[in-house]
Formats: sequence, C-alpha cells, structure tokens
Amino acid sequence: MTDAIQTPMPSWEYAPAPESTDIVKLADRYGLFIGGDFVDPKSGRWFETINPATEETLAEVAEAGPEDVGLAVDAARDAGTTWRGLAGSERAKYLFRIARALQERAREFAVLETMNGGKPIKESRDIDLPLAAAHFFYYAGWADKLEYAFPGRTPRPIGVAGQIIPWNFPMLMAAWKLAPALATGNTVVLKPAETTPLTALLLAEVIREAELPPGVVNIVTGAGQTGAALVAAPVDKIAFTGSTEVGKLIRRATAGTGKRLTLELGGKAANVVFEDAALDQAVEGVVNGIFFNQGHVCCAGSRLLVQEPVFEILIDKLKERLQTLRIGDPLDKNTDIGAINSRQQLDKIEELVASGVAEGAEMYQPFCDLPERGFWFRPTLFTGVSQSHRIAREEIFGPVLSILTFRTPEEAVEKANNSPYGLSAGVWTEKGSRILWMAERLRAGVVWANTFNRFDPASPFGGYKESGFGREGGLQGLEPYLAFDGGEI
Amino acid sequence: MSRVPVKRTAKLFIAGKFPRSESGRSYEVLANDGRPIARAAQASRKDLRDAVKAARSAQPGWAAMTAYNRGQILYRVAELMEGRREQFRSELADAGASDPDRGVDAAIDRWVWYAGWADKIGQVLGGTNPVAGPYYNFTVPEPTGVVGVVAPQDQSLLGLISRLAPAIVSGNTAVVLASERSPLPAISLAEVLATSDVPAGVVNILTGSTVELAPWLAGHMDVNALDVTGVPADLMAEVQTLAAENVKRLHSAPTSDPFSASAQSPYEVTALMEFKTVWHPIGA
Repeated sequence: MTDAIQTPMPSWEYAPAPESTDIVKLADRYGLFIGGDFVDPKSGRWFETINPATEETLAEVAEAGPEDVGLAVDAARDAGTTWRGLAGSERAKYLFRIARALQERAREFAVLETMNGGKPIKESRDIDLPLAAAHFFYYAGWADKLEYAFPGRTPRPIGVAGQIIPWNFPMLMAAWKLAPALATGNTVVLKPAETTPLTALLLAEVIREAELPPGVVNIVTGAGQTGAALVAAPVDKIAFTGSTEVGKLIRRATAGTGKRLTLELGGKAANVVFEDAALDQAVEGVVNGIFFNQGHVCCAGSRLLVQEPVFEILIDKLKERLQTLRIGDPLDKNTDIGAINSRQQLDKIEELVASGVAEGAEMYQPFCDLPERGFWFRPTLFTGVSQSHRIAREEIFGPVLSILTFRTPEEAVEKANNSPYGLSAGVWTEKGSRILWMAERLRAGVVWANTFNRFDPASPFGGYKESGFGREGGLQGLEPYLAFDGGEI
Repeated sequence: MSRVPVKRTAKLFIAGKFPRSESGRSYEVLANDGRPIARAAQASRKDLRDAVKAARSAQPGWAAMTAYNRGQILYRVAELMEGRREQFRSELADAGASDPDRGVDAAIDRWVWYAGWADKIGQVLGGTNPVAGPYYNFTVPEPTGVVGVVAPQDQSLLGLISRLAPAIVSGNTAVVLASERSPLPAISLAEVLATSDVPAGVVNILTGSTVELAPWLAGHMDVNALDVTGVPADLMAEVQTLAAENVKRLHSAPTSDPFSASAQSPYEVTALMEFKTVWHPIGA
C-alpha cells in the first residue's frame, strides 16, 4: 500500500490558471507613510522587495531609521488630539470606509499579497482579504459602543501604539492591529515585515483616500532594526506579532518603561485525532492545519497526535492526500502550496527538517516537481517522532508535520500540553462530551474541534504561556488598546 | 505574679504546612512605634521554589473544583477571619493602621465579595461570538496557573487580600511575598487558611526580603503570572526583564488605596486569567 501511493499519479494534470497581475500597478519606489504623505527616508536607505516565487524585484522600499521612526511617532502624537476628540460614531465611519475600500479593491490587494508573500492566490483572495475587510467592519462598529464593552469601567484611548507585524499574513495582520487601535481612539505607527511591505503601503493609499486625518496611521518599513527603533521610541503601547524569541526581547526592552504591551508569538499546536473521528474530515483538517499558507502560521497544527488504533489508516490517507496537493505558482488559482516566504525562512525549515532526519524520525514527501526559481519546500510528514525531537518542540513555520501517537485521552492531553507554547489546538472526535473534556484541558487560547484554522473578527485569538498575552479579535480584542483606572502593565 | 504570655513563632506557609526557612534565617519585626514584636522567617530562594512547586501541584485540583465549591471555600475564609478579628485588629494596630477595625472589616468583606464572583465571572466576561459561518464559537476565561503575588508593603492585610482573593477565586494558585515590614497579618491569614477548606498549596505565603525574593519569583519558569503591586519602583525594570523569560503576564493593583471603590473589580480576576475560544461546526 505504502509503495503504491508513493508513485506519482499520472493523469491529474491541470491546465495553468494564472490570475492576471495587470490589476496591480506598482511604483518603482515607496517612501515612508508619515503624516499622511509618502516621504523619503531621512536614513537615506532603501531596500528591494522581491517576489519569493520568482526572486524578481517588485519595488524598492524605504528603510526607516530611528529618526524616521521618531518623526512617525511625532505625527501620530500630533494626530492623537484630533482623533480621540472625534465622536466615536465619526471614527467609526472612517473605519467603515476602509472596510468598504478593501472590499472594492480586494482583487488588487490579493494579487499583490500573493506576489510579495508567495501565498496561493486562492488563500489571499478567499481568506486574507475578506477577513481583513471584515475586521475593519467589525471594529468600526465598536467605536461608538465602547461603554457597553466593559461594564463598570470607563475606557479611554492609550495614546500612540507602535505595531509590529509579521510576513505570513501581511494585510490581515495589519487589519488585526489597526482596526481595534483606531476604533478605540489611538493613533498608530505600523511596521510591516521587511519581506512583505507592499500591501501595507497600498493600504496607506486606501487610508489616504478614506481621508483619515493625517498622522492617525503612519507606516514605517524596514527590518528588525526599524522594529527595535519603534519599540524604543516614545510610544505608549507596543503590539507585536512574531516569534517568541523577539517577543521576549521586546518584553525586556520595554521593562520599566511603563509602555503597555501585547504579544502574539509562536506556537506548536497539537492536532489530536481520536479513533472515533470522521477520518476523511480529519485528514482535510490536518492538511489544512499544517499546509495552509505553507505552514507559515503561528497557530498551525504542526504536531499531529493520532490515537494508536487509527494510526496506520490515517497515515495512509494523509499520504494519499498529499499526492494531490499542487505546489507551485502562487498566482495559479489551482495552487495549494505556494512559495516559502524568503530564502532565510527556507534555510530555517531545511535546517529543522535535517535535524528531524538526523534525530531518527522517518520523513515522507510526495513526488512533485518544484519550479526552478524561487523558494519552495515540499509538504513533509515525519513519523516515528518522539517528544524530545526538535521537530516536535520547535516552531518550524513551514509545511512540515510531526506525527506522534497516544493511547488514552489523558495521554493526549499530557502530550498536547507538553510545550512552552499554547496558542491553538485541534480535536477530532465524534463524541461531544470528549470534545468539551479536551477543550477544557488543552492549554491553548484557541481550540478548534472538528475544524482547524478558522478565523473571524468576532472571535478572540491569542495565546497561553510563551505564545504571548492579550487577545486580538472580538470584544476581548478592544482591551489591549484601552486604558482604565490603573492596573495594566 | 502576672502570667508570662506564650509568644508565637511566625513561620512560612508552604503546601499547607508551617516550616521555618530552610536557610535558618529569621528577622526581627518591629511595630510601627519601633517596639520589637516578633521574629519572622526570612525565606530563601529554596523556600520560594518549594512554594512554587506546592502551588503547581495544587493548581489542577483547585481549578477542577466547581466554581460553586470554590466560592463557598473563599466565603469560609471570611467566616474564620471573623472569629479571629481581635488578633488581626491588634496586628494592624501594631503595624500602624489608623483605623484597624475598618481594615479588618474591609478585609473580611473582600473575601465575601470575591467569593461571589467564582460562578459569575465566566457569565459576565465570557460569551458566545457570532462568527460569519456555520460554527458555534464561545469564549471562556480560565485560570492562568500559578500566580506570584508581591503584596504591597503597607496595608498589610487588606492590601494583600485585595490581590490574593481575585488571583485564586478563578482557580489559580498563589505564591505570596508578604509585606516585609508588617508580615504578621499575612502569617495570621496563613493560620486561617490552614484551618479553612482551602486545599494545601493553593496559597503559599513567604515572609522575608522583597528585594531578595521578588527577582527569584519573577524569573521562576513555573510561575505563569505576577502581581507586581508590591514591587518597589526601583526594582520594577529588573522584575519585568526577568519575567520575559517565560512570557509571564504582569499585573498590578488598579489603585494604591485598597479602601477605594475601584480596588475590587471582576477585571482584577480576569487580569490573571486566559481567554480561551472554542470553535465547533454546526451541522445536521
């Protein structure tokens, strides 16, 4: 059986179905968005941003130095009085405008997101962009209802928020950060990731067209040093999504400063499949859990825990399903797995996968051709994984699934929680009481039962333990951007 | 000839027992007027680690109790404090309280107030979320685990209980660093807790040097959250830096006056909780 399914399936060729890039009009060069205008960086430095699927340069982008970051913070500070002085109902209307503009220009944003980040167009088109627009729409509605969100408390804006976002969901993360911050009356300096700045800069255009007062949103592009400059700048709050390692650096850098902080960090989620699960659905959920967005997902279901009686049948089904995944041109509407976001990330994935092989786990990859240029990694399964293996403990952030087994529900809980992370978890079983029993015991901020990787602006998202603190989304997502009477750090 | 009173030895409270510090250290406690009134144990790093271990062991069981049960157990603490109010009153007087009776009343009432929150916090601050798809989606607050509480230096009884009660009512367990200057009310509280229905290890109380112990607590990898209300200002940056190592949640009192109306709040409970969101498809 195993041998049979490792041979390539002969007649499943799809004709290419590339999405046109005509809708995207790129400038040669993008400055910093400060005080409502695109300006050249005082640093005098620019960097190229590429398409990771082709390694072609898309544009040049400004690299903000400390002085540039300082100007952006000043602009945000200056705009604060106007913005927080507006009635909530008026702030709301600006956010509704942004939501609507994103809906209207969704295709343009989706294509650019895929060009700059490498994710399949069907994901940027059907998930990232609709959710980003929905996030603005959801929080727009809160702007004039904050007094209903926190019974017994009087909320007020914090001031200037510095927001640092990752490269895996550039637009969606920008929306997750901006929408609640703006709805609650704060002004913002946003730093997109260095490999994926372009959709944030297109969003700056939308923000300008929506006529937000200049300085309410400022966007500074650059790499880690720009982020460090933002953390060190006189902002009132830092919101960071990224690696646990950098999250800890930010915690240390803000220690004793009185800056408010929320961190959405790494994960190593367990996806637990019980013997009574609907296995075909579970296979789809497992595939979605780890191969969605090439596994560049902090809440990815990267540890599969399978109950022993169904281990072999589930692995066979998984391998069979892997053969049907299409990897290649992210702009092709049939592509399931796009490009790895950067050379650096590809190196990291390759290093961890090599450690898995070296430590004795058994690797499986389906047969498939990879494009000659760009950064690619085949969907990968590891069996024979023990809890001490690096591939079972460390976040790989790539399309690599580590598979372990368990016998009892107690053992599943023990193994699932045996991680410093606690962002998400999955459970697959047809037994309702067991779902609730598991959901109660899994130490994770999001538990998906008989589904995985679902997101919604009304649904709070965030981690336990070293996956960070604070929630984004839902009513709980307002709190990190509000001050009450003392108490918060 | 007058009777010689029997003096109390103020010891640590770890895992439901009253050990001396393993370090063999103790320090002299002075009343507000400078009169020596007792010696208290001066806890060491090892004592602190023992306390964290006890808190970790007790946590799952405490959290697994029904909220109704935890509420009754905290209410019982208030009952027992009423019975020893004279002792608390005199300790507060020694500590320099301007109105010791008011302090004892408020401390007892604070337990009662938080006891009532045990089975309401999830109703008031959790909820269902109307997501755009065929899913049932709900959010519940859950205890974060082991909480370190650096109690304020003054208001040694009400200040402490105002931090401890909201920390444990949700199912967290606690390691408390008592007021260094006035540790006796905390020790008396430990004696109340030991005879109450609060399971051993749910509350552990250490006396000693805040400056020595707070950094150990902040850096301990098995502590999930830290109430830094009693951390001296010049130690705060170090404590926050150490807390980064395992991404501890940090929180402090909403007000320095525990008698003020804002000193008690359900948000003091959720500040030391995690919001968990659960999704399930809806289908026939």
